[in-house]
Amino acid sequence: MGNELIRIEHLSKVFNGAAGRIVALDDINLSIDSGDIFGIIGLSGAGKSTLVRCMNLLETPTEGNVIFDGRNLMQMNQKELLATRQSIGMIFQDFNLMAQRNAIRNVCYPMEVAHMPRRDAEKRAKELLELVGLSDRMKSYPSQLSGGQKQRVAIARALAMNPKVLLCDEATSALDPNTTRQILDLLKKINQELGVTIVVITHEMKVIETICNRVAVLDQSHVVEEGMVRDVFIHPQSRIARQLIMPAQENPTAMSDSNCLRIVFDGYSAYEPVISNLALECRAAVNILFANTRVVDGKTIGQMLLQLPQDETTVLRVKQWLTDRNITFKEETLNVYGTND
Amino acid sequence: MFTARMINEMLNGIGQTLYMTLFSTFLAYVLGLPIGVALYVTDKNGLKPCKPVNTVLGAIVNVVRSVPFIILLITVLPFTMWLLGTTLGPTATVVPLVISAAPFIGRMVESSLKEVPYGVIEAAKAMGTPTFRIIVKTLIPEAKPSLISGCTITVTTILGYTAMAGYVGGGGLGAIAINYGYYRYNTPVMLVTVALMVVIVQLFQTIGSFIEKKTDKRIR
Repeated sequence: MGNELIRIEHLSKVFNGAAGRIVALDDINLSIDSGDIFGIIGLSGAGKSTLVRCMNLLETPTEGNVIFDGRNLMQMNQKELLATRQSIGMIFQDFNLMAQRNAIRNVCYPMEVAHMPRRDAEKRAKELLELVGLSDRMKSYPSQLSGGQKQRVAIARALAMNPKVLLCDEATSALDPNTTRQILDLLKKINQELGVTIVVITHEMKVIETICNRVAVLDQSHVVEEGMVRDVFIHPQSRIARQLIMPAQENPTAMSDSNCLRIVFDGYSAYEPVISNLALECRAAVNILFANTRVVDGKTIGQMLLQLPQDETTVLRVKQWLTDRNITFKEETLNVYGTND
Repeated sequence: MFTARMINEMLNGIGQTLYMTLFSTFLAYVLGLPIGVALYVTDKNGLKPCKPVNTVLGAIVNVVRSVPFIILLITVLPFTMWLLGTTLGPTATVVPLVISAAPFIGRMVESSLKEVPYGVIEAAKAMGTPTFRIIVKTLIPEAKPSLISGCTITVTTILGYTAMAGYVGGGGLGAIAINYGYYRYNTPVMLVTVALMVVIVQLFQTIGSFIEKKTDKRIR
């Protein structure tokens, strides 16, 4: 842990397509440490899939550097790049298995490419399929497997060459919640037991909370926020991060004049009757607009959106009360959660 | 009417037709498969986009495909003469058949390869597969059922063309149908040869569909 595995420097990607010049990524800087489960979250079109493809140069950046394990991918020749890609595993939203190969032959594929003897490759493929829990489906073709099983085969295939990092491009977006959970557990296990660094691209906050330790928030081609998942969750700086943490409210403009506070409870205070105490001690009638509790990085974190009375002194009193109790809060204007703005 | 000699000639005709069809198909694939792969690979969304090659190759393919087979058959006679020393007989017919079928196969192969989902190619790339091995290990095996289906269509098309070659002394069932049925007004012989052609086409189609179904692992 702690030493840098992937560094992205001033990376930009411009597409010159039929629709004109499109800046997909603009001056991205990121550093991913060995052992991290690094999440990259953003809405559709934010550029996250392009970003992950720049990490193994499936997309060639227009500008900037991609340094993997101390070596600059941008300065490699084709042969070096192909060899390096073998130590960068990748899985996809649509699994991308070869339909005419069965599970074990799919897992063998990267080893065939690397000229590993057939017998060794098959032995390793079997071990990997056992690791991902598919020892009984080795001879099955992708068409005979469920979505979750296909992704497991894809994970086994990605691990075949002992990669240092596993890039996951929306790996759970095509799966149902239960299967998503199982695949995320598997990824976490791979990270912990095999020490493989994982980069997760997703549009779901749930995925980030469940497995990531660090996160970067991507919005309109820029990294707008980056840090430990817990910190970003408690103190989201960007509008987009707040939106992802607390989904858009119904009819947000109806009460847009109100004073609102977003309160985050962590650890101990999540189990305290904070709102009851607040109402009693500050004599403030608050209205709860939104609330939920999540487990982030192994800790329970609750959040709540409160509407406060108009009167200034009450508001000040509430804020003071929260500060005294070390409860994190942030003033919000409601339309932040609206769809436009 | 159906004398022993006639029957013998018919059997001989079947043999010649099968020989022309299969041999031409084989040679046409030797040429057409690389053309199809080249068209796919050099396409602007291909593995190694190369506009000049793609444009020139595409133009040649289109030009040859535009020439009606009966015209091509006559146009290439001098070339056949130079190559084989004769323009008569089944082997001489193979020359125009190959020239005509190769570009057709090229387009057929190209469209089969385009059916392979891009994601699979991307996955192969992400695993560090060099371009040539992507073609051999991923692209062609993944497109196999579609390629076989294209091959079946090609075989039956070439079979039809061999009949036309009978017009310029190409031999085979087509020659029998024209010589006996058309020139000598022997309608029964013509009908029998046509019926034989139908049976052969059916046979190829059935075998082709069977192999296609057998090899495709997507349908279960």
